[in-house]
Amino acid sequence: MTRYFTKDHEWIAVEGDTATVGITDYAQGQLGDITFVELPADGAALTKGASASVVDSVKAASDVYAPVSGTVGAANAALADAPELVNTDPEGEGWLWTMTLADAGELAGLMDEASYQDYIAGL
Amino acid sequence: MSDTYNNSDNNSDAEHAIDVADDFVEIATDVLPLDAWHRARGGRMVEFAGYWMPVQYNGEGGGIIAEHGWTRSHAGLFDVSHMGQLEVSGDGSAAALEALLPIDLSTLKPGRQRYSLLLDEDGGVLDDLMLTNAAHHWYLVVNGATKWDDIAHMREHLPDAITLTHLDDDALLALQGPEAAQALARIGLVPMNDGWPAIEAMTFMQAGPFLWGDVPLRVSRSGYTGEDGYEISVPADHAVALADALCAQPEVKPIGLGARDSLRLEAGLPLYGHDLSPETDPVGADLAFAINKRRRTSGGFPGADRVLKLLAAGAPRQRVGLLLEGRQAAREGALVFAGQTEIGTLTSGGFSPTLERPIAMAFVDAAHTAPGTSLDIEVRGKRLPATVTPLPFVPHRYHRKGAAA
Repeated sequence: MTRYFTKDHEWIAVEGDTATVGITDYAQGQLGDITFVELPADGAALTKGASASVVDSVKAASDVYAPVSGTVGAANAALADAPELVNTDPEGEGWLWTMTLADAGELAGLMDEASYQDYIAGL
Repeated sequence: MSDTYNNSDNNSDAEHAIDVADDFVEIATDVLPLDAWHRARGGRMVEFAGYWMPVQYNGEGGGIIAEHGWTRSHAGLFDVSHMGQLEVSGDGSAAALEALLPIDLSTLKPGRQRYSLLLDEDGGVLDDLMLTNAAHHWYLVVNGATKWDDIAHMREHLPDAITLTHLDDDALLALQGPEAAQALARIGLVPMNDGWPAIEAMTFMQAGPFLWGDVPLRVSRSGYTGEDGYEISVPADHAVALADALCAQPEVKPIGLGARDSLRLEAGLPLYGHDLSPETDPVGADLAFAINKRRRTSGGFPGADRVLKLLAAGAPRQRVGLLLEGRQAAREGALVFAGQTEIGTLTSGGFSPTLERPIAMAFVDAAHTAPGTSLDIEVRGKRLPATVTPLPFVPHRYHRKGAAA
């Protein structure tokens, strides 16, 4: 499994042609207390860079963009009752949705973990 | 991921930086006396009203929900030094202020504070403010974002014999919460005036000068959270020492702007620039109590003709509270519907940490203001069901005169 990162602070963990998507620890720290997550519908078609989900914190609503194009497998149902999982375990239990990839070539434009750490260190 | 809310963090995301620059092209962001104090405590600084201010604190006990809860159960220290502190004095100053505000100063005794509104000639709200009778002068606290316009407006309209002083060498702290009185009393403040009440004996909306050692303070028992508490004006060069002395009390933690906003929203208190503007009138804003009794018959304040008519007939659009179903919050600007008809707009909205559900304030057509009315709020193309609810959402717990100690 390989994990990639976007400049908009999404992560995508890829295994074959399926993947799991969430927001990074840096992102949840910036957003603060998360109170609600609007998730994409199962089977929804996602376009790379388009809004796929909305994360509500006490102070703001923020779009989460699809890191790559594809089709939603399942959304994380646990977030309906426990949106704070995105704060406490953003890169684990606080995942947002799974998807199948339309074009694995789109991953080439994303950062690996080391590049992402360098990127946020410069913010 | 990107913020869609304008009061977000001071991150250096390029797009966000451009947004900030667009909003604040003219004036460089200013630094308040407690700036380094906040940063040393993990304050996450954001641009607000032209100043760097802490939106929340990092680390244990930090974060908007934790800070909000701490204030509701203990005592929170807020830096509100961005607000404008003004002194008005001179022969005829009462009449001069009454020409600008719908207040009756003949019923405001020395040592008492009152909420009032700076109105334009149409009765639109230029600002909301707190005014204290400080015996030989009037002391006003106005909003930070509007203070320069307020000062210009007052200088233009006050007679030359009246002196208006901007107390820009003073910081302003607010200590709010059920344990505020015991914490503030412990650091040892002495009333300057013989016979004036000590800190714990003050009641809601009492105000007076105190000495903390040899440092003069102006203290009022009031605030912007719905809780008991105080606002304390302190010379800027003593602000750090006072903040340290207060935070050394076990009841007290520093609280950021984020919780200040969620606390005031739960308390049903309007925020200027959001729930109030020159397009809002005092009656529709549910602030008719700020039109004092004598002024309802005598008038003589800016916009009196229109405001007195609205008092008699009711305002066409009125500020109401809305309780939302579910967990998704609706924000300022969201449209409100009754069936398919658009009947209003949200002016504030967010998640209530106390009620653990989203709440909002909106201006809606008068026909839809009865508590219990079912309405819908449009958020990102969806309709969220909501119910009109009396304000405040969370009961006020002020220390009122005659109440049990």
